[in-house]
Amino acid sequence: MHFNLTAEQQLLSDTVQRFLAKAYAFEARQKIVKSKEGWSREIWAQLAEMGLLALQVPEAQGGMAPAAVETLLTMTAMGKALLVEPYLASAILATALIRDLGSAGQQEALLPAMAAGEKIAVPAHGERGARYDLSRVATTAARQGQGWALRGKKTVVIHAEAADLLLVSARTGGGLDDAAGISLFLVPRDATGLRLTGYRTVDGQRAADVELAGVAVPADALLGAEGQAFLALQAAFDLGVAALCADAVGSLQATLDATIDYTKTRKQFGVPIAKFQALQHRMADMLIHVEQARSMSYLAAMKAASGDARDRRRTVSAAKVVVGQACRHVAQQAVQLHGGMGVTDELAVSHHFKRLLGFELSLGDTEHHLEQFVAANAARPA
Amino acid sequence: MDLSFTPAEQAFRQEVASFLEKELPPAIRRKVLDGLHVSPQDTVQWQKILHRKGWGGPNWAKEFGGTGWDPVRQYIFEEESAAAGAPRLLPFGLKMVGPVIQRFGNAAQQQRHLPRILAADDWWCQGYSEPGAGSDLASLKTRAERRGDHYVVNGQKTWITLAQHANWIFCLVRTDPAAKPQAGISFLLIDMKTPGVEVRPITMLDEGHEVNEVWFEDVVVPVENLVGEENKGWTYAKFLLGHERTNIAGIGSSKRELARLKRVAAQETKHGRPLDQDPFFAARLAQVEIELMALEITNLRVLSAEAERRAPGPEASLLKIKGTEIQQALSELMVLAVGPSGLPFRREALDGAFAGPALEPPYAAPLAATYCNLRKASIYGGSNEIQKNIITQMILGL
Ligand SMILES: Cc1cc2nc3c(=O)[nH]c(=O)nc-3n(C[C@H](O)[C@H](O)[C@H](O)COP(=O)(O)OP(=O)(O)OC[C@H]3O[C@@H](n4cnc5c(N)ncnc54)[C@H](O)[C@@H]3O)c2cc1C
Repeated sequence: MHFNLTAEQQLLSDTVQRFLAKAYAFEARQKIVKSKEGWSREIWAQLAEMGLLALQVPEAQGGMAPAAVETLLTMTAMGKALLVEPYLASAILATALIRDLGSAGQQEALLPAMAAGEKIAVPAHGERGARYDLSRVATTAARQGQGWALRGKKTVVIHAEAADLLLVSARTGGGLDDAAGISLFLVPRDATGLRLTGYRTVDGQRAADVELAGVAVPADALLGAEGQAFLALQAAFDLGVAALCADAVGSLQATLDATIDYTKTRKQFGVPIAKFQALQHRMADMLIHVEQARSMSYLAAMKAASGDARDRRRTVSAAKVVVGQACRHVAQQAVQLHGGMGVTDELAVSHHFKRLLGFELSLGDTEHHLEQFVAANAARPA
Repeated sequence: MDLSFTPAEQAFRQEVASFLEKELPPAIRRKVLDGLHVSPQDTVQWQKILHRKGWGGPNWAKEFGGTGWDPVRQYIFEEESAAAGAPRLLPFGLKMVGPVIQRFGNAAQQQRHLPRILAADDWWCQGYSEPGAGSDLASLKTRAERRGDHYVVNGQKTWITLAQHANWIFCLVRTDPAAKPQAGISFLLIDMKTPGVEVRPITMLDEGHEVNEVWFEDVVVPVENLVGEENKGWTYAKFLLGHERTNIAGIGSSKRELARLKRVAAQETKHGRPLDQDPFFAARLAQVEIELMALEITNLRVLSAEAERRAPGPEASLLKIKGTEIQQALSELMVLAVGPSGLPFRREALDGAFAGPALEPPYAAPLAATYCNLRKASIYGGSNEIQKNIITQMILGL
């Protein structure tokens, strides 16, 4: 066992960090968030050029999958920079779904274009009543002529407006909560009958609610076998949780660093406030949270692509619990230790605070993953 | 020991409740109960309604036009008001500068300012903090130089709540730079329309405009605006802090927020069942509810001790810490209650008049913003760390 990086991995990590430090400094990031689109196509093109959009693309299509360590390092660097581009949604979640479910033709048509930054796809899965239950899908797909007609409502679809294609989950069989009977469809964002209501999220990303009022798609829009998308969805979301944990660790570290820096320079009562033991202990606790979170982000990354679903699920859920608790603690303490400055939107730390809330609410909150962990423990090992 | 309210207190509660029922404008009530933004006009309108009833100064003595209520009645009034969805009364006049003027101001200041506070004709703001003087308030630098019958004020205040609506600011200023920090401070009332006063907005974490920088450049302030004696301002400031912290526990508004959380949890579902029946969530909610029960009694104990002593004590620090922790915990549970629907962040939906397309569920719109916003509660009014320092020194004697 070891925790070393290969020379190539170290180089990748350094390159990504250097790029983001230059192109995605806080002021630049704020400009991007406030722009009309709310993300940057220019940055996206550069991520493609660096090969980062191909990490989850199979070698056959010119990619690097599974690239577990590379994904971990990339996400952590992006978390530190508070990146808002659709990386998780498109380069990880949608890429994994197309890779794992798509026909050779679909893969060939989409994956190289996605890796090149020319096409963006995002999953449109969540629904209002589902909360974080992956199998609760009320949206339906009914056969219509040679193809399908989709009806239903998807909520908080991250980066739906940026996407060329939505990967819409819909029920072709089974009851509301059944794992069986869920299918995935490739739906162009500008399809007739599809309506987006876009908005910003608390952590500066874009998202939308998506209404499908009988959206007609051809037969070859079906991704994978009819009614059998659930296991792939589960695997992709597990991969997503692991990536999100790595993302959060980047943000957590940046938040801790900013707090240490601030308390060393801010003076009250004639001394830097970092001299107050009450605050020193607070920062020591923050560090413990960050390190525990980092450990779990490693473990989750290593298990994220595992075929042993029970072990994989148990691990990524455990990671999300540790990371979720760290997000809450570190974010709240960081703002507190900044005093009034912490509750303005001037410093990066406030934006990390909101991003750390975003992590908690994405792909299952701490409570959800605690339940998942208990369920995985109760299930018999495969 | 008897922990029930007396028949007279219960009758008073009834009187307050029926007044609120009749007089609180429904549009304002809706905003408060739904956690939306209350406008300055709403706040002023409500104060004027109270004033007409003779209740404009719930914490003031009768001689100054107040109600003369004892602390228990003040508490009942705040609790009923909060539960009914009345806006929070502006503390800057009623709880801060008002009591200082009553105690240390001269008759002219009292006649000039107090009635206008009750009638909401003036909007006051509090000019204490500076960029370099937050927790360490005594290190403040804003300078007031005496020149004949006026002072000339230069410096910068910051974090001034709602200064953008204020026409008066009460300031701590340095009048004797040579004295020890606490000894050279004076308490000055400044008309915000005086040339040289400039208000610059600060954008908060939730993107709201709630606090400001206030700059003073050669601002001429007549000497009659000095409260009490020159260089005694620190004493008045400490007196004020005690008053600011009455009802700081925010029991009433936390009860109202708890009720809102319960409404939200009843409408949300988890695994197809109402969220309030989910054991995980129900336990977390119960935990906060129980802490609030305990704090309510602690609060009443402190109030009753205060009534006997006729002065606020260091126990207020305990109420501030626990009260703000509960406020923050409630706002956090509220976001967690709606799950992924906590992510959308739409400030425009916080405006009561917002008529655009509502996202589902409409009650989720303000939750993340409120959670972010309430991080301030453990920072302002003396941070919770400073409150702990007060407890260790004044109560524990360490
Ligand atoms: C929303 C908001 C509204 C406000 N409204 C007003 C207003 O209307 N008028 C006004 O005058 N002021 C106002 N304030 C200012 C407020 O009183 C100060 O923010 C507060 O006193 C803290 O000062 P600071 O922000 O400079 O933080 P700092 O004093 O720099 O504190 C930073 C951190 O260090 C900690 N710390 C400082 N000293 C110690 C110590 N000795 N031991 C342990 N920990 C310590 C603090 O607790 C905090 O966590 C407002 C602040 C906010 C956030």
